[in-house]
Order: sequence, then structure tokens, then C-alpha cells
Amino acid sequence: MSSPAIQISHIHKSFGHFQALLDVSLTIEQGEFFALLGPNGAGKTTLISILAGLTRATSGSAQVMGHCVIDDYKAARRELGMVPQELAYDPFFTVRESLRIQSGYFGLRHNDDWIDEILTRLGLFEKADMNMRTLSGGMKRRVLVAQALVHKPPVIVLDEPTAGVDVELRQSLWEFIRQLNSAGHTIVLTTHYLEEAETLCERVAMLKQGKIVALDRTANLLKSCGEMKLHLTLNPDSLPETLQSRVYHKTEHGYTLKISSPEEIEPILVHLREAGVHIDDLSLSHPDLEDVFVQIMGRA
Amino acid sequence: MSGFFTLLYKEGLRFWRVWFQTVLAPIITALLYLLIFSHALSKHVQVYPGVSYINFLVPGLVMMTVLQNAFANSSSSLIQSKITGNIVFMLLTPISYLEFFLAYMLASMFRGLIVGSGVLLGTLLFAPEYFHAPLLSLLFAMLGGGMLGALGIIAGIWSEKFDQLAAFQNFIIMPLTFLSGVFYSLHSLPAFWWQVSKFNPIFYAVDGFRYGFLGVSDVSPGISLLVVTTCFVALSSICLILLQRGYKLRY
Repeated sequence: MSSPAIQISHIHKSFGHFQALLDVSLTIEQGEFFALLGPNGAGKTTLISILAGLTRATSGSAQVMGHCVIDDYKAARRELGMVPQELAYDPFFTVRESLRIQSGYFGLRHNDDWIDEILTRLGLFEKADMNMRTLSGGMKRRVLVAQALVHKPPVIVLDEPTAGVDVELRQSLWEFIRQLNSAGHTIVLTTHYLEEAETLCERVAMLKQGKIVALDRTANLLKSCGEMKLHLTLNPDSLPETLQSRVYHKTEHGYTLKISSPEEIEPILVHLREAGVHIDDLSLSHPDLEDVFVQIMGRA
Repeated sequence: MSGFFTLLYKEGLRFWRVWFQTVLAPIITALLYLLIFSHALSKHVQVYPGVSYINFLVPGLVMMTVLQNAFANSSSSLIQSKITGNIVFMLLTPISYLEFFLAYMLASMFRGLIVGSGVLLGTLLFAPEYFHAPLLSLLFAMLGGGMLGALGIIAGIWSEKFDQLAAFQNFIIMPLTFLSGVFYSLHSLPAFWWQVSKFNPIFYAVDGFRYGFLGVSDVSPGISLLVVTTCFVALSSICLILLQRGYKLRY
């Protein structure tokens, strides 16, 4: 039986008196597209830094493709490609030189075919001979992704890869990452763009204050959050007193009400009819990952 | 070992890309020292019998340049990588701490030797040199460059800001190199300062290096070799311990 892509067992990490991670255990199977979500300071970056060997756990163990990140770090790092959150670059080199050097660190001396492919796929080919200093922030972010992929790692960890980048890069990046996932690469993603996680990831873990507070398939999490939302534009723009307890929020365009099933719509319509309020527009939306996130973070 | 060679190549390329600043500038500085000191003192000072002051001064200046540039290379490279964050590209790879140390230390040694060779070539225009035991001088240059390269790694790892590194350079490296007998023989010092200078390892590097040129020195070249080798091994060991523990690199 093949080992999990990532196995994290009872990880604790403290920085002085601050507990960054508290008994975190997590298994991610090979081929998964996995999201690690949580508010700022929840411990996401600390957790993936432990996987990458950038941070050392206070206790507990972590393995990448069956290799311990401490005792067998060379093998573990060959299996892992990490896109760091910080926009780092070496100002002395061009894009192509940076990728050749990164390949060399992994013992790959003739890697130009793959480097050309990643440059093309990430829209960097025309910038290949430009100095890193001269690139825009978005382009530098693409190079970070390329550097993480030079050694074709089976496990790819992306720490907020789309923070501050344009729509075009986001789309082309996710298309490329999806293809890598289809080809068997395991993808672990942290992001604050929850719609990205919902669209891409089969499974989600949510961290809060260093603890995992939710871990399930994305579909199950969405189902568990029973609340739907009914959006109403009314004429006159006034909701009867009997429905005020259902208000989720009010905008200049109307009201959003919380409901737990579609059967609750009919009684609401009755209340509106009895109050003499007309409906100019009505729509129903199912819960999204943001709703789940807010609900879980609120109660955890 | 491919990761090691790549890191060594990268470190070499890094300083070569800015050779005007990292190679040419220190050569010009050393030649200016030679011009000024030899002009001012050559008629007044004879350190060893039968050796002109300029012939005494040249090996000291060459070695001082080797040492200062070796320190500057590893320390500036590391602090820049830490502050800009690109050190992460090395930390994410399978390069071992031993390979990391060797690559930074050897690149520093190479820069020291390249700049030192430039100074030597430049000074030959002013004064033809003696070469009593050139291989011994080369050995001292390599050990001295390695020693200061290792010290530069320690300073680069320890420093979190450029001003901390500048303090290291201005308050430790500069006094130790200037007070190491580059410009004078330690025998000319009062007894107290001669005893103090004996605790300066850079003095032994300069003195041993100069012996390879002139065949005379303040202390026996065997003692100098022992002191420099011991310091090189000790500083290298400290580097390896810091890197193995991930001190200020892996939190």
C-alpha cells in the first residue's frame, strides 16, 4: 500500500509562550487536492513550513511521501515543491538562471526541457532572460511557482499563491495546477479566496488558533451548513415584523433571509402577501464555503 | 554533490556579476594604501634587515585584502538572502548543512584569492617581490580566506539587520586586520601590545603569509600555521553546529 502524500501526527509548535500549533494531526492521500483554511495567524503557514523543513516542530512528526521531514529530510524535500507566501527573489539572476540554479540544488543538471515547459505554461517564456529585479509583482509570483515545480515534485504546497495577482494569472495558474493534479500530483493549498478552495479542493481542513476545527470533504462541509439564503427585493422596501428574526442582512437592494429548507419559502410568501408587500425580485442561494467558514469559525 | 556545486557556482556568479564593486574596488583600495604608505614611510622604516618597507608591506596588504574580502563575501551574501527572503530557495532543497557550509566558505575563499591575486599583480608594478616559499603563502591565503569566510557565515547567520553586520565588520574585523602587523612588525610595539597582539589570529595569518615571500617573520611559520589551522577548524565547527541546528535560519 502506498504511503500518504502527507502525514502529520500530533504536531505542537510554540514560539516562546505562544502556541502556534496544538496537537495537529492530518493525513492527505496521494492525488488529493486539499485546502488548508483559516484566519490570519491560525497556523497554516507554520504547519506547511514544518512540512518543508523551514520550521521545526516542538513535538510530533511529519512525513512527506513516507519520508520523515527531519530524519530523512533529503528524500522528503525532493518529494515536496513549496510556493512560499513571501515574494522572494534573487536580484542577481535572470528568470532562467534562477530556475536552472533551483534545478541544480535538487541535483538536476539538464533540466531545460522542463524549464521551458513551465516557463511556457506560466506565461513566463518571454521574460526568461530578464533580470528578476525588473519583473512586476505578478510575474515574480509566477517565478515562485515555477521554482517550486523545477524538480517535478509529487507533492506541491502553495501558500496563498494568488494573493495580489491578476485574474489572468489566477486562471492560468489554476488550470496548470489542475492538470498537475490530474497527472497525479498532490496539491495542498492555503488561500483566503474561499471560492477558489470550494471550486478546486475535494477536501478541506480549517485551522483556528493552532487547532484543526474542521476536516472533511468540501461537499460534506457544504451540506452540514444547512442555511440557505433567500434574497428579496420588495415593494415597498419594508419587511413585516414577523419575518425580522430571519434577516441575515439588509442592503439597498432588499433583504437576505436565512432559511433551512426550501419548504420555508411558502410561509414567507404568505406573510408578505398578508402584509401587502409585493415582490419585485426573488432568488435563492445555497451555502458556500465562506458561509461554512464563518459558521465554523464563529462557533469553534 | 550536485546541489553543493550549484550553490558554489551561484555564490561565485553572485560576486562576479558585481565585479566592479567586489573585485576591482578592493584592489584599487589596496593599491592606494601601498602608494601612500610606501611613499610616506619607505625612507624612514626598515622592518627587517635587507628588506625594504615596500617589500614588507606588499604581502601584508595582499593578505589583508584576502581576509577582508573573504569575510565580506559570505557575510553579505547571507544577510542579503535573509533580508530579501531568497534564502528560502536554498532551505527548501536537499542540500545538507555541510554542503551549505562548504559552498559559502569556498566561494568566500575564492573571492579572497581572486582579489588578493589582483592586488599582488598590481603591486608588482611598484616593487618586484621575493618569493621564498610561494606554496606556503598560498596555503596561508587559503586557510586565512577559509577562516574569515567561516567567520562571515557566522556573522551573516547571526545578524538580522545590515547595521548589525556593519558593527561586526567595523568593530571586530577591521581592528583585527589593521592591528595584525600589516603595516608594521609587532616587534616594534611596546611589550604590552606585543602580548595583546599574540591573541589576534589574523596576525598569524599575515605573518605566515609574509614568511612565504620574505623568508623572515615575527614568529615561527610553524606556530602561525598551527594557530591559523586551529582557528579555521574551530570557526568551521561553530558554523556547522549553527547550520545543523538551523540557528536563525530554520525557526
